[in-house]
Amino acid sequence: MKIVIINYGAGNIQSIKFAIQRLGFEAVLSHNVEEILQADKVIFPGVGEASSAMQMLKSTGLDKIIQQLKQPVLGICLGMQLMCNYSEEGDTNGLGIFDVKVKRFSNQVKVPQIGWNQINNLKSELFKGVKENEFMYLVHSFYAEKCSEMIAETNYDLPYASALKKDNFYGVQFHPEKSSNAGEKILENFLNINI
Amino acid sequence: MLTKRIVPCLDIKNGRTVKGVNFLDLRDAGDPVELAQIYAENGADELVFLDISATEEKRKTLANLVLHVAEKVNIPFTVGGGISSVEDVDILLQSGADKVSINSSAVKRPDLINELSAKFGSQCVVVAIDAKQVDDEWIVHLVGGKVPTKLNLFDWAKEVEKRGAGEILFTSMNNDGTKNGFANEALAKLSNELNIPIIASGGAGNMQHFADTFKEGKADAALAASVFHFKEIAIPELKSFLSKEGVLVRR
Repeated sequence: MKIVIINYGAGNIQSIKFAIQRLGFEAVLSHNVEEILQADKVIFPGVGEASSAMQMLKSTGLDKIIQQLKQPVLGICLGMQLMCNYSEEGDTNGLGIFDVKVKRFSNQVKVPQIGWNQINNLKSELFKGVKENEFMYLVHSFYAEKCSEMIAETNYDLPYASALKKDNFYGVQFHPEKSSNAGEKILENFLNINI
Repeated sequence: MLTKRIVPCLDIKNGRTVKGVNFLDLRDAGDPVELAQIYAENGADELVFLDISATEEKRKTLANLVLHVAEKVNIPFTVGGGISSVEDVDILLQSGADKVSINSSAVKRPDLINELSAKFGSQCVVVAIDAKQVDDEWIVHLVGGKVPTKLNLFDWAKEVEKRGAGEILFTSMNNDGTKNGFANEALAKLSNELNIPIIASGGAGNMQHFADTFKEGKADAALAASVFHFKEIAIPELKSFLSKEGVLVRR
């Protein structure tokens, strides 16, 4: 199985590679279009700021490439947010894969949310063997609103979508690569998806 | 709901853990990776590695250690100690660190906080503040609490937040090493005046101290070293204690 982690200069992607290694697979970090198109599984990571990350994707043409992918794609954290219609962070349009807006948490709570929170209302093969209310590690200031593409929900400030799915595209707000054994299970489930 | 975090801190010198580690079941008591794995398995929510070595080789050794930790450990970790430039941070994040913690370098050149949060995002920038209460005023200190500055803890903390820090790691020099509990009054004030998470550090002696710092000190996370390294407190027991005390923890 060929697993590609899209490398567009957005933060700590080494951890995802290592988590996949712990599951017994190898992943390559790449921004090469051919390599991404030929992969069996594509992981779209990202930490950092939304509008500058979108700029980076546009300048390399990766935005169009990601939208066209037919194999299973997993967006993680900012990766998931960039797959949405729009983000308040830097007032930027996203890739428009998920029909939902990304907004900032209110100042009623500490921002960023940092730490372990629960996922519930689980609705996807991505969560096979993962129990309701399992804890995942999250670090973020912006969130996707609840919507019809939601496959997991988390509550902070308000209930929001912590995972999304549309066709072959999956997105998770939490970091499965940093969420202990349950997180690794989710990554493993993703790698086992066949389309 | 978001849970309170328990954070063991490991002191590192030349790539090895130093002092205060008394794990009889460790094959190699100086191996930070093995110790980190044990903490992760026992339910630690995050780890902090504090590099106290001061050699020329430091940067390379530390990046190498980060790489090994990231390879084996499946929970988040922060790296601190002598980090003073965007390049330092770039190397550590690329090696697999989730966050970096800066202290003296931020006091000396506060713009570093802005630069780091602009380039890597606030979420990976932890600003560590060591402060000592002198005549009713909390004064920021450098070099492990030895050198006083002119900065007031609360003023500095607010500035740090404004400049883009994602978290504050506050160590009370009055409490550190005493095992008499955390500086909950100052912590609660920080928590009330700021809108970013606060990590409490210094003074952990027993399980009640953790409950107190989460409830009275309103801390979002609590860091400790020796109580964990010397097995005075086991993390699973601590978490069931906290849970009974009504503190939300991951179990």
